[in-house]
Amino acid sequence: MIYHDSKVLLEVRGLRATVNGIEILKGIDLTVRSGEVHAIMGTNGSGKSTLAKVLAGHDAYEVTGGSVLFQGSNLLDLAPEERARAGVFLAFQYPIEIPGVANSHFLRLAYNTLQAQRGEEELDPLEFEDFVREKMKLLEMNPDFLDRGVNEGFSGGEKKRNEILQMALLEPRLAILDETDSGLDIDALRIVTKGVNQLASQDNAIVLVTHYQRMLNYIEPDFVHVMRAGRIIKTGGKELALDLEMRGYDWVGVEHRAAVEA
Amino acid sequence: MSAVLQNLVNQPYKHGFVTEIESDVAPKGLNEDIIRLISTKKNEPEWLLDFRLKAYEQWLKMEEPKWPNVRYPAIDFQAISYYAAPKPKQKLNSMDEVDPELLRTFEKLGVPMHERAALAGVAVDVIFDSVSVATTYKQKLAEVGIIFCSISEAVHAHPALVKQYLGTVVPVGDNYYAALNSAVFTDGTFCFIPKGVQCPMDLSTYFRINTEESGQFERTLIIAEEGASVSYLEGCTAPKFDTNELHAAVVELVALDNADIKYSTVQNWYAGDENGLGGIYNFVTKRGLAKGTNSRISWTQVETGSAITWKYPSCVLQGENSVGEFYSVAVTNNYQQADTGTKMVHIGKNTRSTIVSKGISAGHSNNSYRGLVRIAPTAAGARNYSQCDSMLIGDKCGAHTFPYIQVRNNSAKVEHEASTSKIGEDQLFYFAQRGIGNEEAVSMIINGFCKDVFQQLPMEFAVEATKLLGFKLEGSVG
Ligand SMILES: Nc1ncnc2c1ncn2[C@@H]1O[C@H](COP(=O)(O)OP(=O)(O)OP(=O)(O)O)[C@@H](O)[C@H]1O
Ligand SMILES: [Mg+2]
Repeated sequence: MIYHDSKVLLEVRGLRATVNGIEILKGIDLTVRSGEVHAIMGTNGSGKSTLAKVLAGHDAYEVTGGSVLFQGSNLLDLAPEERARAGVFLAFQYPIEIPGVANSHFLRLAYNTLQAQRGEEELDPLEFEDFVREKMKLLEMNPDFLDRGVNEGFSGGEKKRNEILQMALLEPRLAILDETDSGLDIDALRIVTKGVNQLASQDNAIVLVTHYQRMLNYIEPDFVHVMRAGRIIKTGGKELALDLEMRGYDWVGVEHRAAVEA
Repeated sequence: MSAVLQNLVNQPYKHGFVTEIESDVAPKGLNEDIIRLISTKKNEPEWLLDFRLKAYEQWLKMEEPKWPNVRYPAIDFQAISYYAAPKPKQKLNSMDEVDPELLRTFEKLGVPMHERAALAGVAVDVIFDSVSVATTYKQKLAEVGIIFCSISEAVHAHPALVKQYLGTVVPVGDNYYAALNSAVFTDGTFCFIPKGVQCPMDLSTYFRINTEESGQFERTLIIAEEGASVSYLEGCTAPKFDTNELHAAVVELVALDNADIKYSTVQNWYAGDENGLGGIYNFVTKRGLAKGTNSRISWTQVETGSAITWKYPSCVLQGENSVGEFYSVAVTNNYQQADTGTKMVHIGKNTRSTIVSKGISAGHSNNSYRGLVRIAPTAAGARNYSQCDSMLIGDKCGAHTFPYIQVRNNSAKVEHEASTSKIGEDQLFYFAQRGIGNEEAVSMIINGFCKDVFQQLPMEFAVEATKLLGFKLEGSVG
């Protein structure tokens, strides 16, 4: 939701990034204020996940230009774990499996690390168990997932739900959800988006990467951006997503080229 | 051979040895005279000298094994001194006198306070009342008839027992290093749990305070009589700052009917520096004989040190229904090489064995699991389950698995599972994205990987092992 006096949370200017010497992001501009929901759409390979990972600080990507301010300070100066502790959260498009590490242990360590950072109380295993079970109820997740390895053998949809569980635990300032809807069945989509909506507030912001309108039916975006070949080539309101759903991406490209050439 | 030495060994009485003992180191090299010298210095009975000489004779005919997957320059066995009286460590009077670097290392490793003092060479009794600790310990054990002393002491105090069992599990000519050890061993541990006695506490070498350092050729013998049980903890976890030294130990375990021996090791000898210079060559023969019906022998090892590890704690399952277990974590970093595993030899009916091996390699190191499961024709109904998992950190290290399975009885069941995994950049990024730094992430992944083995260790040891692994792998990622 757009609030009148809200502060700028994230300010991306002219961001360029390469991987293995190949330039993927070619000058991204994006301003996100607290309280807002942004949707990023665009063709496969246009750089949406790359943008998400660059913001989170994945070191396979080299930032070659531009700047990123988060709550007014330089995000690019921070190590990935420091960005997380500052409140940047990424729900991965492909959450990785970490066999042998109990989900409950992992979640608790992540939670307590953040609590320590905020100067708040850490929870012991028993207290945490109660706390996390409440959050799991919200997402209608079976508590058995606590005892399994992190994402180990989880189905595609279960992994996505586990990502949002982490979002619910960590209560980030900025949540970037990379195709959280893909792999979720119809009921799961409703449950997960309900969870996300409950977490949305005037103090945080959500950036959704998605290909489909169906997710935006549940989480209403304030802005929709279209990415193509490493740039945001169009920004509009929620109706843009409906347009895209009907007409595809080609016309946006045509429009963009015309604008550039003019 | 030097004339002086010749004189000494040929003298009927060893007056000259008194000074020799004080000057403490025998001349370099190995020959019959040196062996006689060792035996005489230790005032040993004739049968033990014969044992040594027989071993030496066999050793001469043997060749250093070439099959392990390890590389090292040839060892000159004539350049080693085979008898050194306990190193005269300078006793310090307080912890303040200890090298602060050493103390920091101990702290990182989580070595208990009293052990830190002992290791650093501080007179322990100055700070801790360890003498009385040791005494209460001894008293408690003696009350139930347990013998726990150095093997040299046992040779004199309990010769019949030593003679009955020594070399029965690992024969003198078993392998090259075992033969060498049998010829020249200087000290080690002896432990005897009589019939029906459950040892009331974990026995550890540390509490055998009166013993001097056992040196390079350690010999351990543990016997559990009918219905007896014992848990033995070997070794301290502190780094040893010696360089390129050969360590060739032999450990023999004997379990009679319904007896149970659990042997846990956390090994952290000096591993050489980050360029592979120096470090201990650890060539060890460990074997347990599950002789009696329903007996059980369980090995748990956490191997993190040494430049080269060559070690296969084994079980010979002779008694009906006897059980053998091997739980192992072997970590190699930098240029370390480990070729380790086990042998489970099933002879008795319905014998069962379990092998769980976890190899972790980092840096330029090489880590091999080598395991033999042999089911003899007599071992009807025998079962084995083996699980060998390897984990790689970085892409310059290697992990290898060499399972050997020989089944000569159709009713036996043998299962083998193996896996290789890698701590990848993306896993670490996942942790980092949740606020967890690399070091903590690695330690969490490694502990998860080693869980099945760590839970076999006594509580205190498990805590130390966990810390030790974190310490070993520090800086190996990222
Ligand atoms: N390590 C890499 N090496 C080479 N190319 C890479 C690497 N990582 C990403 N790319 C390329 O960068 C481009 C952008 O990838 P990215 O994952 O950001 O796309 P996306 O917009 O998220 O696509 P999708 O909608 O399919 O998820 C792709 O062409 C991809 O192949
Ligand atoms: Mg993507």
